[in-house]
Amino acid sequence: MTDIRPDAPTPTPAPERDTTEGTIFTVTGGDWDTLLDEQHDDRIVINMGPQHPSTHGVLRLVLELEGETVQQARSVIGYLHTGIEKNCEYRTWTQGVTFVTRMDYLAPIFNEVGYCLAIEKLLGIEAPRRATVARVLLMELNRIGSHLVCLATGGMELGALTGMTAGFREREEVLHLLEFLTGLRMNHAYVRPGGLAQDFPEGWAEKVTELVAVMRSRLPDYDKLLTGQPIWRQRLEKVGYLPLDGCLALGATGPILRAAGLPWDLRKVEPYCGYEEYDFEVPTATEADCYARYRLRVAEMHESLKIVEQAVAKMEPGPVMVADRKVAWPAQLSVGSDGMGNTLEHVRKIMGQSMESLIHHFKLVTEGFSVPPGQVYQAIESPRGELGFHLVSDGGTRPVRVHAREPSFVNLQSMPAMSEGGMISDVIAAVASIDPVMGGVDR
Amino acid sequence: MADENPGTGGTAGTSKENAEPTGGPHSSAESSGADVAAQRADGGTPPASGEPEQAVDPAGVTPEGGNRLAAPASRTREGMFGVTGSGDTSGFGGLRLPGYAPAPAERPFGGWFDQFADDLAEALQERGVARGAVQQITIDRGEITFYVRRERILDLCRTLRDDEGLRFEMCSSVSGVDYGEAVAQRLHVVYHLLSMTYRRRIRLEVALDVDDPHLPSVVEVYPTADWHERETWDMFGVVFDGHPALTRILMPDDWDGHPQRKDYPLGGIPVEYKGGAEILPPDERRSYS
Repeated sequence: MTDIRPDAPTPTPAPERDTTEGTIFTVTGGDWDTLLDEQHDDRIVINMGPQHPSTHGVLRLVLELEGETVQQARSVIGYLHTGIEKNCEYRTWTQGVTFVTRMDYLAPIFNEVGYCLAIEKLLGIEAPRRATVARVLLMELNRIGSHLVCLATGGMELGALTGMTAGFREREEVLHLLEFLTGLRMNHAYVRPGGLAQDFPEGWAEKVTELVAVMRSRLPDYDKLLTGQPIWRQRLEKVGYLPLDGCLALGATGPILRAAGLPWDLRKVEPYCGYEEYDFEVPTATEADCYARYRLRVAEMHESLKIVEQAVAKMEPGPVMVADRKVAWPAQLSVGSDGMGNTLEHVRKIMGQSMESLIHHFKLVTEGFSVPPGQVYQAIESPRGELGFHLVSDGGTRPVRVHAREPSFVNLQSMPAMSEGGMISDVIAAVASIDPVMGGVDR
Repeated sequence: MADENPGTGGTAGTSKENAEPTGGPHSSAESSGADVAAQRADGGTPPASGEPEQAVDPAGVTPEGGNRLAAPASRTREGMFGVTGSGDTSGFGGLRLPGYAPAPAERPFGGWFDQFADDLAEALQERGVARGAVQQITIDRGEITFYVRRERILDLCRTLRDDEGLRFEMCSSVSGVDYGEAVAQRLHVVYHLLSMTYRRRIRLEVALDVDDPHLPSVVEVYPTADWHERETWDMFGVVFDGHPALTRILMPDDWDGHPQRKDYPLGGIPVEYKGGAEILPPDERRSYS
């Protein structure tokens, strides 16, 4: 306690009084001037979060401030660590989908597709065309939903509350559609190794086309509401600057990298799921600030709508799961009076007609399929950047290692570079423009 | 050490002898005479000129299948359904499956791999990095893996980043893998590098002994590795020497143990149902793997 001046007043104990509820202390603060001597500047360290509406989930920031200027910023993570990678090692490869979908909960389809593509690479199989096109369709719908949340929460954090209500309203439309297509709003577990859990329900094409029309009519509203708005621009322009070399050194990908001028989009440069067949642009900017990142996200939503339309046209009848019955899930799901489950036909077959089918079903579901030993790394372009899956198999029915290279985790490292030297209010803008999802950061 | 690794001989592919696993603390290219003597005792051919093997040779000779395995095998299996402690009801109880060890690749590698391997060897030579830095090259499922001596990982990363013909500007990911308690050199650190200029991805892998889990940090070459290495320390207990602040990142600061090691329990409680039925926690259920 050398900080305290010798002539500082001795602190008096807090006055107390007894009530029926117990003792109540009245604590009053002192003045900084009475505590600090003149050698000390007004540099203070403040803790922001983890429970703070502006820190984008359970992110904790430790900021060293001089006045309102941030001298040093550090982020503290781990508050949402759920051990997903470890848990996957204790389940079959198929069950892993249920875990990885919960990592980046705003982009669950991307987690599932990345994980399943990696397993398919290990197995040396390829999902049927209808499943691949459906995956693209779902991913792009999910990208729109994810970017809308980024705009919505980013708007809220910067005080543009109408942006939040509008963003969540539109995202709700996307979630409704995903619920119709996959059965769940989030945490779908719909993409499975070898294809999809089941085919789209009837009438999917109309619903998807409807959503595209709705989005086409509503997305321009964001330009009216935010893009040209002077307050929005003043909060974002020339804020959170991270140039290209900084992005590469810190490993930042996705909109952050493209806002710095490099048109690096894995859908174009390392096509997977047949993305080379689709006609779309990769929006880029050179300002490398929060405003550029915002504009890119809006532009990417328009591009995603284009891809969704093309995917609808490309969907042809056919299987949605590989023919290999050693990999394909044996169940044929359908909606019954008591919810979704195996079709009566399938149950009748395995219970009444074919003992072998029953054994096969039982073995595949409890034991799972074996994956040949080896390791792969599969990267896809999630809304936040490069989402990579490093899977290691030792030939068993469970993974030895499931590692997700989460773009949120890596991109969040660039927060200090974006915000040090700026105002404290700009830290919020920078974090919002990184758009970290803590479920993905902490896994 | 060889007895810890019973599976190496069977699946090692091109390894000629009952290969000794790459020794942990003494696995350096510039290694001691004791190391060489141990190899001789095991029947391995003594390495020439103090460098046991060299994976990439500009002349096209690739002694990847040298006398020591750079990539240790994973665990071995017995029986068929992973059942232990009961009688041999399946009749498969005598089954013995060797562990899997990635086989060294042989020339021609195919695709861009040949040219790349030559370029890398040349670049390493230019920068004076010992030729034994790369112990083995494996190509599997269209991905190339370089098994690297741990002392050389930093030099190798710097070469890969700075050389004009290589240009791996970005380090996508650094993570650990634990191959299980019965495996020699069970801890692996895996680097995924990306060259945006040439649109290539490679993987570097370092195998470590669990008793001496040290290797140099690559943060000074790839600043993005900062958090990756912290996570690998946190989860696997790998110590990255030279890291600016190697602290826990996901677990609380005062946590004991490294959760993603295979000997660290998953934890969990049984799910109870009405009538006394119970489902065991996942790590106590029967595993068929």
